[in-house]
Amino acid sequence: MRVLWAIAEKDLRIEVRSKVVASQVLPFAMIVLVLFGLALDADRATLRSFTPGLYWVAVLFAAILAIQRSVSVETASSAFEALRLSGAAGWQVFGGKALAVAAQLLAVEAVMALGVVVLYRSSFDDPVLVVTAAVGATVAISAAGSLYGVLAVGMGVRDTILPMLLLPILAPVLVAATRAFDDGLGTAAVNGWSWCGLLAFFAGVYLVVGGAAYSVVLEDA
Amino acid sequence: MRPSTSSRATRLLGAALTVGLVVLGLFAFVFTEADLVQLDAVRLLYVHVPVAILSYVGFSVCAFGSAMVLWKRSTWWDITAAAGAELGVLFAGLTLVTGAIWGRPIWNTWWEWGDVRLMTTLMMFLVYVGYLAYRRVVPAADVRARRSAIIGLVGVLNIPIVNRSVEWWESRTLHQKSTLGELKIEDLTLFTLMLGMVVFALVFAWLMIHRFRVGWLEHQAETVGLVAAMAERRAQRDAEIDEALAHPGVSSGSDR
Repeated sequence: MRVLWAIAEKDLRIEVRSKVVASQVLPFAMIVLVLFGLALDADRATLRSFTPGLYWVAVLFAAILAIQRSVSVETASSAFEALRLSGAAGWQVFGGKALAVAAQLLAVEAVMALGVVVLYRSSFDDPVLVVTAAVGATVAISAAGSLYGVLAVGMGVRDTILPMLLLPILAPVLVAATRAFDDGLGTAAVNGWSWCGLLAFFAGVYLVVGGAAYSVVLEDA
Repeated sequence: MRPSTSSRATRLLGAALTVGLVVLGLFAFVFTEADLVQLDAVRLLYVHVPVAILSYVGFSVCAFGSAMVLWKRSTWWDITAAAGAELGVLFAGLTLVTGAIWGRPIWNTWWEWGDVRLMTTLMMFLVYVGYLAYRRVVPAADVRARRSAIIGLVGVLNIPIVNRSVEWWESRTLHQKSTLGELKIEDLTLFTLMLGMVVFALVFAWLMIHRFRVGWLEHQAETVGLVAAMAERRAQRDAEIDEALAHPGVSSGSDR
């Protein structure tokens, strides 16, 4: 676990110094929220009822950028080679990268939550459910994204192929997170906790698959 | 001799499935009656149900082939996985199209966003469209095989979700639960449906064999092309060396 933490710490330290997520990914996510407001004609009732879906679509867009950033810090100076030579196991590298992406995404999501409260006048009726769903969805997105991000390494079309590969497999996560938020924000009468169970299932599956498969893709990265 | 993907066996298979398609057409349009509720739209189900099931088969072949690629690192299994995915995408696409055509008169809509089976089928289709797109952009065959095997394996998780979705989210689907096991369908209708499954299974097998052989020829062309390019480069280099030995003091083409 020490190696895993070290890799996560490395990525977070790079982010603290470069501030790419804070200065580019987060503003992008906020712009998407504003654009949704403009596209829906600034109708607050509509915005409030659609907040869960709009919020998670914006998170997915931001996640694509965060994952591409997570991969590019390794490819920019052939750092993947150093990671391979370091002797760290594939699952440790995968875990560290996914943990760092998850931490960055959770920070972005927290600011976006403030954004929907201010811009859409949404309210969080059940904060515990909202936080649980956000953590579950973020783990699933980070795990799947970290695996698929490295699959796209070494290709000129990485920026276009990654969303094409990643978004369909994250569709169930989007649905489950949206339904859980529907309950947590009081926008629909659903059982949010059962959707949290589905989020936990997908998070577990993507963690296991990513941990098992990462060493295979790392050797070609 | 010109490379071909046909053989005596596939020509016989092709003839059998052509006859089968004609017989299925007769049963679907002539011998069976229109349904009391669905009217003539029920005839689409003789295509829709078999192609839906065969799309699962295609994706399962892809997943099994992918697992074998990771285990055995075999080109044969890589080509099998790719062929399975391609047929899975074709049959899943047919499932979506025939379902939409059937849904227009029966559900009064081409597409129902609230239907969980429609959505999960579409997502499974898109996952494997991504798989096929990915295979086209990775140039190195061995890297392509290993990486796409992971995508093929992750994608197969969709099959149980699509298949069980009508039970798991009963209130969120217009699709009915499976009635085949309970034999609720009228006899001739059931027979025609089963005939459709057999005929489309033959179509699947015929396409699978040909797609595999095309994949194998592509692989050979890649390999032969590489060997030929290397031989050509060696011959060029040998000629340059011979020229340099024959005329010492004159720089060769490669030095310029």
